[in-house]
Amino acid sequence: MATNQLRQYITEARKSGMSNQDIIEALTKSGWHVHDIIDIVVDFPPKETGAAVISVRNVSKHFGKVKALDGVTLDIPSGQVIALLGPNGAGKTTLVRILGTLSQPTEGTVTIAGLDVVKDAQELRAIIGLTGQYAAVDEILSGRENLDMVGQLYHLPIEEACKRTIELLKEFDLEDAADRSVKTYSGGMRRRLDLAASLVIRPKVLFLDEPTTGLDPRSRLVMWNVIRDLVQGGTTVLLTTQYMEEADQLAHHIFVIDHGKIIAQGTSDELKRQVGGDVLELHLAEHKQVSQAAELIKSFGSAEPRFDSNTGIVTMSVQGGATVLVDVVRQLDTANVKISDVILRRPSLDDVFIKLTGHSAQ
Amino acid sequence: MANLKTTFSDIGVMTKRNLLHYRRLPQLIIFSFIQPVMFVLLFAYVFGGAIETSSGKYINFLLPGILVQTILFGAMMTGVSLANDITKGMIDRFRSLPMARSAVLAGRTITEMIRNIFVVVLMTAVGYLIGFRIEHGWGNFGFAVLFIALVGFAFSWVSAAIGLWVKNVETAQSAGFIWVFPLAFASSIFVPIETMSGGVRTFAEHNPITYMVNTVRALSLGTPVGNNIWYALIWVGAILAVFIPVAVHIYRKNT
Repeated sequence: MATNQLRQYITEARKSGMSNQDIIEALTKSGWHVHDIIDIVVDFPPKETGAAVISVRNVSKHFGKVKALDGVTLDIPSGQVIALLGPNGAGKTTLVRILGTLSQPTEGTVTIAGLDVVKDAQELRAIIGLTGQYAAVDEILSGRENLDMVGQLYHLPIEEACKRTIELLKEFDLEDAADRSVKTYSGGMRRRLDLAASLVIRPKVLFLDEPTTGLDPRSRLVMWNVIRDLVQGGTTVLLTTQYMEEADQLAHHIFVIDHGKIIAQGTSDELKRQVGGDVLELHLAEHKQVSQAAELIKSFGSAEPRFDSNTGIVTMSVQGGATVLVDVVRQLDTANVKISDVILRRPSLDDVFIKLTGHSAQ
Repeated sequence: MANLKTTFSDIGVMTKRNLLHYRRLPQLIIFSFIQPVMFVLLFAYVFGGAIETSSGKYINFLLPGILVQTILFGAMMTGVSLANDITKGMIDRFRSLPMARSAVLAGRTITEMIRNIFVVVLMTAVGYLIGFRIEHGWGNFGFAVLFIALVGFAFSWVSAAIGLWVKNVETAQSAGFIWVFPLAFASSIFVPIETMSGGVRTFAEHNPITYMVNTVRALSLGTPVGNNIWYALIWVGAILAVFIPVAVHIYRKNT
């Protein structure tokens, strides 16, 4: 059946009231590979990009009495990087495991490309990639053997699996180490191999659970570039992170999650605008004076100042930037509080997080 | 079963992966082999003189028992390996792939069966060096090896269920000893059960290991097999019928 015939079949099937799932099931039974037809069926009639590819509806997950997720609802458009930002224990990993078909929601439904994560898990696995928090690669095997194995488990013909392995090893700069046991790899190399394993079938949707946690800055930049390239190629990437900077750098859209609930969402700029104004950051010469300084400058801010006596830093949201800066410095000078550095900056996502939750994300 | 062909291919890929582990880390096999060799030597030379058996030379009595003991102890590897795969995140990786759900467990237990055959052949060679002789023909001994492999396959599933349940390498190891030790020692592996007394003897008489050992002994020495082989096969069937579904259930629920 050529694509035109396929289109015709889908039109007929839709008319007779079949759902996308029914159509995909019928087509796979007649010998089609899910990977080849899923785009055509789901985007039929073809829509412009930006339509929701992942739809999470009222999802909760309970572990005994603990509610790891509590009524999460979100839509994720295709072809973007979406960040799920939150501190440890916020429920990020739980949500990614549900999206990646490793765990089932206690309540609610999730569909990805029209497929239900519980009922259609097996079909879904053929179009998604998942990289967990710990590099899930076989330490005893070599990098090449790991990728060959994954390719074969995706049911690629053996020659094709080997060919794909060679491409991926090259792409991820692992050619020289290809035939060495993974035990000898550095942390960054393992992560790259792990990510390569998730990309064997060029997934439509890729889930990355804290892809850069524990990586050195250089490996982190490499990973960021890989993620950007993937999205350029049309993959939707959902990543979790506890680093503001990462969400800021990579994500088109950010969901802030805390205690199993989505507490805010938007682009990085939209979230920062919620804090409003600027952030004034004072570095004191005498760390002990932070609470005294905070008290003195309180009246100039648009919110309560925060201070940390370990670092000697006082931060406060302000409206009216430079004018306030002068007033604050004068006030502290009169009270004989010495300042070693003053910074007036746009709010960071960390400021947003503190504003929303009352605690830092890290 | 959506597709029998891909299921078999998945099991094949998993088995190949597991066997590669043994090739890369031969110490895994060497250690599971040294221990039974030590048992053979210790029992043959330390207790050999003190133990009277009806079948002549003690080494001929002992070796068939040790073969069963080897695969029984070796079965613990199944649970330990699976627990290791859980800890390392490999099971999550496999579960996120569109592969047959049964392939991880089947690939693991089949690997252990292949390893068992290998170790049993090696043990027999060592036995030959210290006086063990097959007295009922090589054909029957071949059946004995296949029978042992089948028994090992069954116990692998018990171990798999435990390993998946505890999810931790060290716990899987010590949990293994709890069921393996009484089964091994209160049986006809090392001494004729007529020499035991009281409750232990009753236990040993009905211990599945006793039926299994007696079957192997009959096949290699030509002693009467009686009903042992039927009881042994019933036990193998019962273990598989209970522990395959249990292990699969825990795999789905717990990982």
